[in-house]
Amino acid sequence: MAQRMPQASDTVRELSVEEIRAKFGTGMEILDAEEHMLLSMGPQHPSTHGVLRLLVELDGETVVNVAPDIGFLHTGVEKNMEAKTFTKALVMTDRMDYLSPMTNNMAYIMAVEKLLGIDITPRAQVIRVILAELSRVSSHLVWLGTHALDLAAMSVFLYCFREREYLLDIYEMVAGQRMMVSYFRPGGLWRDVPDEFEPAVRHFLDFFPAKIADYEALLDRNPIFLARTKDVGVISGEQAIAWGLSGPSLRGSGVDWDNRRDMPYAGYEKYEFDVPVEQVGDVYARYRCRMREMRESLRIIRQAMDRLPKGPVNIDNHKIVPPPRAELGRSMEAVIHHFKLWTEGFIAPDGYVYQVIESPRGEIGCYLRGNSTNKPARVHFRGPSYVNLAALPLMAKNRFVADLVAVIGSIDIVLGEIDR
Amino acid sequence: MGIEQKLGNLGVVTYRLEDVVNWGRTNSMWPMLFGLACCAIEMMGAQAANYDASRFGMELNRPSPRQSDLMIVAGRVSRKMAPVVRRLYDQMPYPKWVIAMGDCASCGGVFNNYAIVQGVDEVIPVDVYVAGCPPRPEALINGIMTLHEKIRGESLDKWN
Amino acid sequence: MTRDELAVKILNENLPGVVESVSDFRGERTLIVPKKRIKDVGRVLRDDPALRYNFLSDIVADDYLPDYPRFAVSYHLLSLPHKHRLRLRVWVDDPDDGPETMAELWPIATWLEMEVWDLMGVRFAGNGSLRRLFLPEDWQGHPLRKDYPLGYEEVQFSFNWQEIDAKKPYAKE
Repeated sequence: MAQRMPQASDTVRELSVEEIRAKFGTGMEILDAEEHMLLSMGPQHPSTHGVLRLLVELDGETVVNVAPDIGFLHTGVEKNMEAKTFTKALVMTDRMDYLSPMTNNMAYIMAVEKLLGIDITPRAQVIRVILAELSRVSSHLVWLGTHALDLAAMSVFLYCFREREYLLDIYEMVAGQRMMVSYFRPGGLWRDVPDEFEPAVRHFLDFFPAKIADYEALLDRNPIFLARTKDVGVISGEQAIAWGLSGPSLRGSGVDWDNRRDMPYAGYEKYEFDVPVEQVGDVYARYRCRMREMRESLRIIRQAMDRLPKGPVNIDNHKIVPPPRAELGRSMEAVIHHFKLWTEGFIAPDGYVYQVIESPRGEIGCYLRGNSTNKPARVHFRGPSYVNLAALPLMAKNRFVADLVAVIGSIDIVLGEIDR
Repeated sequence: MGIEQKLGNLGVVTYRLEDVVNWGRTNSMWPMLFGLACCAIEMMGAQAANYDASRFGMELNRPSPRQSDLMIVAGRVSRKMAPVVRRLYDQMPYPKWVIAMGDCASCGGVFNNYAIVQGVDEVIPVDVYVAGCPPRPEALINGIMTLHEKIRGESLDKWN
Repeated sequence: MTRDELAVKILNENLPGVVESVSDFRGERTLIVPKKRIKDVGRVLRDDPALRYNFLSDIVADDYLPDYPRFAVSYHLLSLPHKHRLRLRVWVDDPDDGPETMAELWPIATWLEMEVWDLMGVRFAGNGSLRRLFLPEDWQGHPLRKDYPLGYEEVQFSFNWQEIDAKKPYAKE
């Protein structure tokens, strides 16, 4: 089943109306092929946030129909994970939703831990929450910067990336990598956080609220930004549920649902925070939701920092967690565990689990099946961006092409997670 | 106005045309706004406040291939994307250069599977490879510096 | 009565004998139902006021290759009012004769089923937009099936550089 390699002579053709009908089926009904214009937007387009391609049917400047054509970043993550052991497959999850690698790690690692039936230590739990919330903030910063850039507010981008660099420095401090962290491991963490971690996070908590106020000052009274976001891309609460929207896109439509509060995991029930909900369901409401969410994340991080318990970060089951380096010179058992773990990995029982957590984009779910081997038999991710993208035609119909750009930005898609 | 008052009468400078042209090319390079995956975020980081790629005359990212002369392939290239990358490359006017940013674009990286082209050099010619997954903005800037060095050594008739 | 038990009870009252078996693993409940009746089950679960599973979270297809029936399709449902998750599962022996589409109940199902068809090749009856979504249009096969190779390309080292280099289709420029 070898596929033909792409050749230098390959070109990308414009599709004819018949070909589009054959390809998209009922996914793209062309109402008037004679009068309307068919526009292919992407895959290389500055405001599609990656390599999304949209097929747009236009009546003048009004969008009549729009169908997403995805897969330009299809990476085969799910297939590739089946060929690796549970621990090694972790590196794939970072590269899916590359704006918030920590929450991806968390979904996968919690699924592995659920499959194995193990609990982790309180310290690891709290550190995971801190890092997942920092990840939410850094992801929202990239979203805000690029969304504002799409709507012609250049300076917000520069401010957002300046603060994001600080968060990346924290990641680098704990995990040694700026983006692809792979820091959460089955049974705990890669290693404990360094001593500088706590002052660095506290410093961030001190200076960041003023920065959020700065961003809001730049956007909230900017007439161009308001005109391009208010009452654009409206979706009602019932529709949002029916189309499976999640995260800020769902809460922007007045549906009060957050997995962290309503179906708590990783000890979120112990923190006090509000879930921002906006009623209107337009681009501006989703923007407000995310801005308020950043403040709530800071609240969670502050509470977590105050109650960060002392103790080990890994469980002492050395069938799953490698023994400490220092023990390798002393104990034969530790050497055997180390060798077995890094050559073979651990064996997961038969069975399947589904773990859902709240990523910055919404509900990320990990379906994991073990079959008594050291490799996952099937991994599947519910990418929130993938599901949210399906509602794009609903929001963009009968609006201008320029609004399409605002709507794409507002549902905060990451193509790595859509295509996987 | 500025510097010319301090310099006095400069007179005539003789120099090799090739060096002047290459110097010009290195200092106003317009990369194409073309992000594929994770590395694109670090590419954006390289252009944002902390790393500031405009120090090297490349703050302008052109979304149109017809106005750009540097293609930074930032991220993994899938089988479906490869013909598009090729077409974008063909649309760029001469002279043009390519940087393969990151492991995936250089050699496939961790994704050795059915969906990913094992290195963008199977589709388009690459001038500089930048290693890292993803490379830090400093690494990308180092790659750009390496490309500048390469351009300084190019002869004028290369692009005829 | 827990919500897990309530779902089984109400289903058995409305559609007698529809729950073929129930499995519990790590605190998650799975209801295995016949393929032909999946839509009726979905309708009861969505509309019954005591259940209200109004959010279709995910559709996953799984391949148990040496076994028969070979494919399993799981529907992950979430009840927003009652804060409960439930998994429905059907066994599919012939991938071309898959379960009926759930698009009438949850519109998002069309989109989720497209992914399942593209990567696993399970065809959903009544879904008119099944197409190559992630892969190029002329792609053959469904990569997530167990009999599909990973497509591993041998890594070039200095000792086998020439051998592999000869096979690479470089751009001729």
